[in-house]
Amino acid sequence: MIEVKNIKKSFDGVEILKGISTTFDKGKTNLIIGQSGSGKTVFLKSLLGLHIPEEGAILFDGKDYKSLSSKEQRELRTEMGMVFQGSALFDSMTVSENVMFPLRMFTNQAVSEMQDRVDIVLKRVKLIDAHHKFPAETSGGMQKRVAIARAIVMNPKYLFCDEPNSGLDPKTAIVIDNLIQEITDEYNITTVINTHDMNSVMEIGEKIVFLKNGIKAWEGTNKEIFKTDNESVTDFVYSSDLFKKVREVYLKELKE
Amino acid sequence: MIYLENIGRYFLMLKSVFSKMTKWSMLRNLIFKEIDDLIIGSMGIVCFISFFVGGVVAIQTALNINNPLIPKYLVGFATRQSVILEFAPTFISIIMAGKVGSFITSSIGTMRVTEQIDALEVMGVNSLNYLVFPKIVALALYPFVITIAMFLGVFGGWLASIYGGFSTSADFIQGLQIEFIPFHVTYAFIKTFLFSFVLATIPSFYGYYMKGGALEVGKASTTSFVWTSVVIILINYLITQLLLT
Repeated sequence: MIEVKNIKKSFDGVEILKGISTTFDKGKTNLIIGQSGSGKTVFLKSLLGLHIPEEGAILFDGKDYKSLSSKEQRELRTEMGMVFQGSALFDSMTVSENVMFPLRMFTNQAVSEMQDRVDIVLKRVKLIDAHHKFPAETSGGMQKRVAIARAIVMNPKYLFCDEPNSGLDPKTAIVIDNLIQEITDEYNITTVINTHDMNSVMEIGEKIVFLKNGIKAWEGTNKEIFKTDNESVTDFVYSSDLFKKVREVYLKELKE
Repeated sequence: MIYLENIGRYFLMLKSVFSKMTKWSMLRNLIFKEIDDLIIGSMGIVCFISFFVGGVVAIQTALNINNPLIPKYLVGFATRQSVILEFAPTFISIIMAGKVGSFITSSIGTMRVTEQIDALEVMGVNSLNYLVFPKIVALALYPFVITIAMFLGVFGGWLASIYGGFSTSADFIQGLQIEFIPFHVTYAFIKTFLFSFVLATIPSFYGYYMKGGALEVGKASTTSFVWTSVVIILINYLITQLLLT
């Protein structure tokens, strides 16, 4: 579980995060949504320790990140998996080497053991045939799956995804969403996803945090988001006619 | 103020480069890769330039000797002094600032833009040690490149003198041997070693701390070349002042 307590973060005197508090539960897919510039990426990078908030605390299963020594912080980071927006795969390494990288870096396993683990996770993300390909030789969807494989190879406690669906076609986006949700359930990890994708919100948003201008404007589940009358949320989520209609149908069905 | 800030940041970067070392088994592979990219990959251009510039130095010297009182061996002497003292260590380093420096800046800069450095940090890897330390170790072999540049420069001068009819082989070799001060070679290697550190770290600094996209990677490469050259020239002046006067 990750507890966020009133975190504030500024850049060049401009306050980006203005005191956000929330909780991300274990075994759930937690979504952070909001318009561009609402502070989602800064919030996610603060959770990852890439930005250190000026105020507030982030507790990982009760451990305050800021109060840990740098060695303890690095150890905690080995328990985190991250899927970056652009996948962030190492260009000079093959798919297999990319996935094996954290194992080579942080474990003393024999090569055969590491290879077995890589095979398991690549099989899990349905990429067993892509071992020897380089990232440039794979599609966007495959790169995302490699990034997920790399993120889970160390059995992380926390999985973070920054817009995992961006740049993907709708069908592949659903595959990635389902994969993340299945992995969250299987490994019982705390997953936090930063997304713009309303389909993800409806499908896998077990908890949704809506950010607006650096503050938490709303939080709830994907069921509650249909019923909320919070104007900021409805303006953002139901900005398209299609989603307005989906909402109307859902609410109508609920009344009946 | 921005210059002072950058100087401060550069030294803080160096502190991070030498802290929290990456696992040796990983580091060893990275060092071999960097030796291949930075040292072996530069040999072609270094050999080509050294050979021909050595030849040009010999021809220019020969063409500017009109006084019959000036001994013939001066062509060999001037070639040796020019190549060993300045051309090989300094001129080649400026070329390397363009070739190796821009390669380092653009490769690290691209890793920054594509969030690969963030990925390393999130995993708990000291990205500065992982990326920069192997380059420093690989470029510690740079004096060997300069040794080859010295040899080829002098060899190019000898060939140009003999086959251009500017000097005899005996005169040229006499010039190479006359008033030879071994400390000049030591001086050349001392500054080469310092230049190798500059060549590894300043381009890394500009790549690592760049912000923006592809365009900024190009700009960072140019800036890194300019500052690496400036620092090499300044160090060259200081070392010459300290060791040869």
